[in-house]
Amino acid sequence: MSVLVHNLGAFGVGLRTTLALTLASFAGALAIGIVIASMRVSPVAPLRAAGTAYVEIVRNIPLLVLLFLFYFGFPKIGIQYRGFTSAVIVLSAYTGAFVAEAVRSGVNTVAQGQAEAARAIGLTFTQSMRLVVLPQALRAVVAPIGNIFVALIKNTALASTITVMELGFEYQLLITATAQPVPVALGTAVCYLVLALSAGWLFSVIEHRVAIKR
Amino acid sequence: MVLGDALGPRGKRRALVASVVASAVLLAAVVLALQRLSAKGQLDAAKWSLLAKPLVLRFLLTGLVNTLRAAAIALVVAVAVGTVMGLGRLSGNLAVRLAAGAYVQFFRSLPLLILIIFMYFGLPKLGVDLSPYLALVAGLSIYNAAVFGEIFRAGILSLDRGQAEAAQSIGLRQWQGMRLVILPQAYRRMIPTIVSQSVTLLKDTSLGYTITYEELLRRGQIAGEFGKNQLQAYIAVAVVYLAVNMTLSRVARHLEVRQRRRYRAGAITITGAEDLVAMAAAADAKV
Repeated sequence: MSVLVHNLGAFGVGLRTTLALTLASFAGALAIGIVIASMRVSPVAPLRAAGTAYVEIVRNIPLLVLLFLFYFGFPKIGIQYRGFTSAVIVLSAYTGAFVAEAVRSGVNTVAQGQAEAARAIGLTFTQSMRLVVLPQALRAVVAPIGNIFVALIKNTALASTITVMELGFEYQLLITATAQPVPVALGTAVCYLVLALSAGWLFSVIEHRVAIKR
Repeated sequence: MVLGDALGPRGKRRALVASVVASAVLLAAVVLALQRLSAKGQLDAAKWSLLAKPLVLRFLLTGLVNTLRAAAIALVVAVAVGTVMGLGRLSGNLAVRLAAGAYVQFFRSLPLLILIIFMYFGLPKLGVDLSPYLALVAGLSIYNAAVFGEIFRAGILSLDRGQAEAAQSIGLRQWQGMRLVILPQAYRRMIPTIVSQSVTLLKDTSLGYTITYEELLRRGQIAGEFGKNQLQAYIAVAVVYLAVNMTLSRVARHLEVRQRRRYRAGAITITGAEDLVAMAAAADAKV
């Protein structure tokens, strides 16, 4: 147990970095996801194709491969960032593909009649999107986005492989140095558990808050 | 089209203009990227042909075999343990239910990397030495058993209650009803989700890199450092993963859509599993 107490500082710093990584990447992923999702439902065929290609490519390559490609491969063509920035860029791009899928299915859950009714009362395309379709779609999307957020928290651990000193990094340092691996692993596990559970709780609160009572 | 009416004449004209503009922008992006690559000498044939040399090719393909082997074994173990966990969560015995619930909740919230590192760097200090291969398979199995446990529970719960009641009313014991009536239907319903989770599992084998297991990514890295063509090596690795996983994803989606038509049952999605979310979304869009 004493290992944990002695290294509380390192754990605290690691936890903060993990949180920063998660939040920054989540913001990026939301932005990318919404753009890609709107490309995928747009009436412009090349945009649709590009959106589909993006999702298919990113989703089927391991995150670690993407991280390495960006961090070790891209400097060869003059694209080079610090570990943290690289991790945020890659995590955003990766998670964005999943967000896009969730948002797209949210738009699809809105009944056709809703969009038709909006058009019938004379709203323009933009108005019907903004006032009728999206408010309903975004509500349906809260739960799946919550799942994606929890997955993102876990995925930030991979940033340790490109020198980001987050929780997983501190854990690896400690576990190779200590003679008591179990408390170190349990302590780290508890940190991630608390993060995942509180994220899950937060999203279920949001989901109930925005739910439409019918 | 999801958003209502077919386009009118003006809308069609606009869409056409937008198509042309979008194509031009996308094309320009590709051209710029290629220019960048060639300006830095990364399109040189020598950098790429190195990867196609028989020796290098065999080295990489063996890496792929190692990846597939670890994934296959872990999948089998995880499905078996996952079934036990899923049943445990629905057990009549409170202690069993709590234990299975704790297992599933704990390992599902944990980054797989933490588990794999523990298997390889932590366990030897407790007197258990695992090879990188075994450490990876153990980590993947333990983690995915938790995911599958949740999938099984959801699968069993998704069946109509009448099935269990009918089994009981024709005199089957609880266990018999489970084995003969519930599980065969539940398994069938879970197949697309299992295939889709196996895409995640296959992607996760790349974590074997961190414990020196020579799977595709590590071998790609070694080849890249050896030939001073890291960029090309990583792109090659990515393309291989893409080919394998797209095939699996397509199978999963096909099964999912077919199943929806057949049973009118939605996909099973669970917390923390991004691929399952995405697959459910893809199936939503198709039906």
